[in-house]
Amino acid sequence: MTEAPLRVLIVDDEAPARRRLHQLLDDCADAFPLAIVGEAANGREALELLHVVAADLVLTDIHMPDMDGLELARHVLKLPHPPVVIFTTAYQEHALDAFEVNAIDYLVKPVRVPRLLAALQKVPKLKPVPAAKLDLLPAGARRFLSITERARVMLVPVDDIAYLKAELKYVTIRTVQREYLLEESLTHLEEEFGPRFVRVHRNCLVARDFIKGFERRVSDDGDAHWEVLLRDIAESLPVSRRQQFIVREIGRIATD
Amino acid sequence: MPAIIRQNPKPSAFPDLRNLGTIARILIGANLLIALGALVRAPNWGALPEEWLDSVAVSQLYVLLELVALIALGSWLRRLSFSAGAAVVLVVTIATGLVTDSLLRRVVPLPEGSLSRYLLFGLIVAGTLLFYLQLRAKALSPALIEARLQALQARIRPHFLFNTINAVLSLVRAEPKRAEHALEDLADLFRVLMSDNRDLVPLADEVLLCRQYLALESLRLGDRLRLEWHLNSMPGDALVPPLVLQPLLENAVYHGIEPSSEPGVVSINIFAKDGQVHAILRNPYRVDGGRHHAGNKMAFANVRERLALHFDAEGSLQARVKDASYEVHIRMPYRPAGDRA
Repeated sequence: MTEAPLRVLIVDDEAPARRRLHQLLDDCADAFPLAIVGEAANGREALELLHVVAADLVLTDIHMPDMDGLELARHVLKLPHPPVVIFTTAYQEHALDAFEVNAIDYLVKPVRVPRLLAALQKVPKLKPVPAAKLDLLPAGARRFLSITERARVMLVPVDDIAYLKAELKYVTIRTVQREYLLEESLTHLEEEFGPRFVRVHRNCLVARDFIKGFERRVSDDGDAHWEVLLRDIAESLPVSRRQQFIVREIGRIATD
Repeated sequence: MPAIIRQNPKPSAFPDLRNLGTIARILIGANLLIALGALVRAPNWGALPEEWLDSVAVSQLYVLLELVALIALGSWLRRLSFSAGAAVVLVVTIATGLVTDSLLRRVVPLPEGSLSRYLLFGLIVAGTLLFYLQLRAKALSPALIEARLQALQARIRPHFLFNTINAVLSLVRAEPKRAEHALEDLADLFRVLMSDNRDLVPLADEVLLCRQYLALESLRLGDRLRLEWHLNSMPGDALVPPLVLQPLLENAVYHGIEPSSEPGVVSINIFAKDGQVHAILRNPYRVDGGRHHAGNKMAFANVRERLALHFDAEGSLQARVKDASYEVHIRMPYRPAGDRA
């Protein structure tokens, strides 16, 4: 243990839980050199903080408002030097079976010092859990998609997304303000967000909330097709022949 | 007084017609009604035995045929709700009535036009017996419900218990007095949760328990949990089922406060009006707050069931979403302690 102390960030929405973890880490500090670099009340705050201070380990609660621990673990992977994430939870739910199966470390609150110390000692040898493995955990849909821009992780609230369009190896995210490029698969996003988006074309998912209506267009060669009109965005997207049924389906929802 | 909307947590099941006791009750009940019919029809006491024998003769086959048919259908009927089962029984009554009538006509001369009255009588007997069996089932069910209640009551969310213990641990070193106080509240809460909660308790006790419970939640959630109490016209002596409010407040915190980083208000408004006690609980409504709707429904069903058990139609629980808040309204009759406890 001659290296620099382990830099730890504490994330929990309950102040007493953060305080308790702080105390326990202090207790461990004699046996294992560490430094607490900060505390955050949810995943979003934690991510903000990680842009300012570097951490080797994030100890995060699983259930939190705004952004839970599982989502935080996904987004920190986009940081230039992603920290290791260890989850904490108050209750041994069934959901934790998936953590065991995938050898993802977690601590059950109240945490005991020996257990915490054992977890800390493993950290220098650990690599962050990759996204593919996090996908195996029973997480809900993310609230944000994240993009790395100039060494910062930009969060795009899923609520703000008008459409997602696959282009070559990227997916373009369109919000009212601007576009972002995301390195994920459209099919994967479709599975994760379910009914929030509808597939209008092989390469395009449109947010139901952003659909203003549909318009029949006839092109120069005489072929007619439908276009989706968007709310707050002066753009329209073609509906493929195969997905034409959604015009009637959504049209009906609108008139109901 | 104002209309009370009765909400059964679960529609009562159809009685088990294959049960020997039930069969005996049906036979005896049907024959009593047949005897009653004969009593009404006989012109004088002397003619009664003959009238009765005549009635028995034409009705016994009907009763037995119907009973056999119903026993044959028994296991299927058992799976129906009471009203669906009753409808089936009435259809079977008409069908077996038609069959017995045609069988009897081959053996004995029956007056023309008697069929419709025969069927009507059959329907009245079947209806009366169904009503009686249902009443009887209701009278017996509290014992069954009680067994279920006890199992349900112990289910405060484990998540709450462990988070609270963790919060208390965080206080032990810096604020031992507060830690002591919190552990005392926790002990009181679990004493009630684990006790045999069959008897009604004064409302003031239930409210005290709620205060202790919410103090523990405030310890964890800090400023995020804001409380508004409106208890000025609360009748503290009203007798209420124990834990009638606490599980609903637990829901309010879990679904209304925990899912958000922003502070939210849980308001508790209890008052008496027109001989009734009203408790109105409100919390912010979060669209994505329904992480575990099952838990929510369980608490509701539990409280509703106990209100029905203790107060029958006079107790009710209603929930609705109103202006971005979730509102639960409980009505109970005002029965002061010492009045008829």
